[in-house]
Amino acid sequence: MLRLLHLVTKLVALFISGLAVLSAVSLLVLSAAPAAARAEPSPERQAELRNLLVQDCGSCHGLTLAGGLGPPIRAEDLEIKPVDYLAYTILNGRPGTAMPPWRPFLSDAEAVWLAQVLKAPAD
Amino acid sequence: MNANERKRMRDQVAGLRVNRRFLLFAVAATLTLPPLVAGAERGTGDLGIVVERAAGSVQVIETTGNTALKRVEGLGDLSHASAVFSRDGRYAYVFGRDGGLSKVDLLTARLVQRVQQGGNSIGGAISQDGRLVAVANYEPGGVRVFDAESLKLVADIPAEYGHEGKTSKVIGLVDAPGNRFVFSLWDAGEIWVADLTDPAQVRIEKHRNIGRNPYDALLTPDGRYYIAGLFGEDGLALLDLWHPQAGVRRILPGYGRGEEPLPVYKMPHLEGWAVAGGRAFLPAIGRREVLVVDTTRWEEVGRIPVKGQPVFVMARPDGRQVWVNFAFPDNQWIQVFDTETLALVQTLEPGPAILHMEFEPRGEEVWVSVRDADRVDVYDTARFERRASLPADKPSGIFLTARAHRIGL
Repeated sequence: MLRLLHLVTKLVALFISGLAVLSAVSLLVLSAAPAAARAEPSPERQAELRNLLVQDCGSCHGLTLAGGLGPPIRAEDLEIKPVDYLAYTILNGRPGTAMPPWRPFLSDAEAVWLAQVLKAPAD
Repeated sequence: MNANERKRMRDQVAGLRVNRRFLLFAVAATLTLPPLVAGAERGTGDLGIVVERAAGSVQVIETTGNTALKRVEGLGDLSHASAVFSRDGRYAYVFGRDGGLSKVDLLTARLVQRVQQGGNSIGGAISQDGRLVAVANYEPGGVRVFDAESLKLVADIPAEYGHEGKTSKVIGLVDAPGNRFVFSLWDAGEIWVADLTDPAQVRIEKHRNIGRNPYDALLTPDGRYYIAGLFGEDGLALLDLWHPQAGVRRILPGYGRGEEPLPVYKMPHLEGWAVAGGRAFLPAIGRREVLVVDTTRWEEVGRIPVKGQPVFVMARPDGRQVWVNFAFPDNQWIQVFDTETLALVQTLEPGPAILHMEFEPRGEEVWVSVRDADRVDVYDTARFERRASLPADKPSGIFLTARAHRIGL
């Protein structure tokens, strides 16, 4: 019972923080570069980004993204996290944790694309 | 075509036939004999492994002719994999990220044993007496100790902390004299010393409040000082294993002088062989600097500005040079410094994503993994020339059997 309560509290907290971040993100990502944010990276850049995802995100989250020093970030782990929330985290990092901001190396559109890949790894 | 020419051609064809027959014989011989032994006995002192992180394989290499001998497959997820060696230098124990512990026979190039000991692990160590192999786990947080011969579990040490039964990720696990293992708790900020003289009755000594988020640790080559780097603050935690009752001392506090650290794209590593000539050379976290520390007073005596955020700072075995590689996005470089003058000796650009460097035991050559070029290169450390280059599938760690005889590796 206590566990259930704990889970519900956690979900609600996540939802609220998600909403807060979402509004910040929509301002940031969508208004800053509305066209670019939805443009797909070129095939060459997609290959680079996939390599970055496996090798560099993988240094902390594990090559299979099942977690390491950083938490697991497989599709099933991210089900309740919106794409924009993930893109925001990728771009800005999580202060107070080991997650660094990747903004110096990624455009907003690329972060959104990476977040989509994380949530729905096609291949 | 005259008669002479015809004869020459006939001879050539015959030669080809002989060669082909010889080739068939050679193939048959290779199939019937154990792979590396091939009829000749050999030692293992010049052997090692290269981890192919994504493929889940290791290549057995030799450093006399700088060649790859054989690939061993089926080791699981080897991101951040590391290895230790049995005291006879025959077996490598490979610690995989996926919690797999694999025992590889270097002489036959075979995977002789593999256990799935945890869900997520970071590294391991072999005991002073060579009988125990310990693994540091993120999930479930703690250390598990195995019989080196059979890989049967002999001790389980959950890294519980606080009052809510939480377990911490464990990092910086090393072997220490007295059949002890020393390790740090990332979440808890603690250093534990586990005495496995009697594996059935593990004695643990806990040092609390050592600093926020220890990310890796080293043991000085004499086995005396254990030093944990801290991610959560400027400074390192030092435990003198000769006088553990004196507790953990903070060294180099506030080395960042309050400046905002740079974002860290790869955690640095601390290894025992960053100690040379009475000084330790340590990566500054979140800074483009190598910290130079006097190893008697444990005070900063200098710092070296470098090209990026250092990941490995490795002293050549004679201690005259330190080689430094860097985190993304500066990971194509290697810089070499003189340990006496701290002057830059050489800057190398071997290729994209330099992940690891391993010196040959006497230091005349160093092996370098160039992950994104799918290559391992061997450099002459006097002339900085490339001596050999071997294909490898996304190589990361390189480990030579000389580690078998070093404390804390």
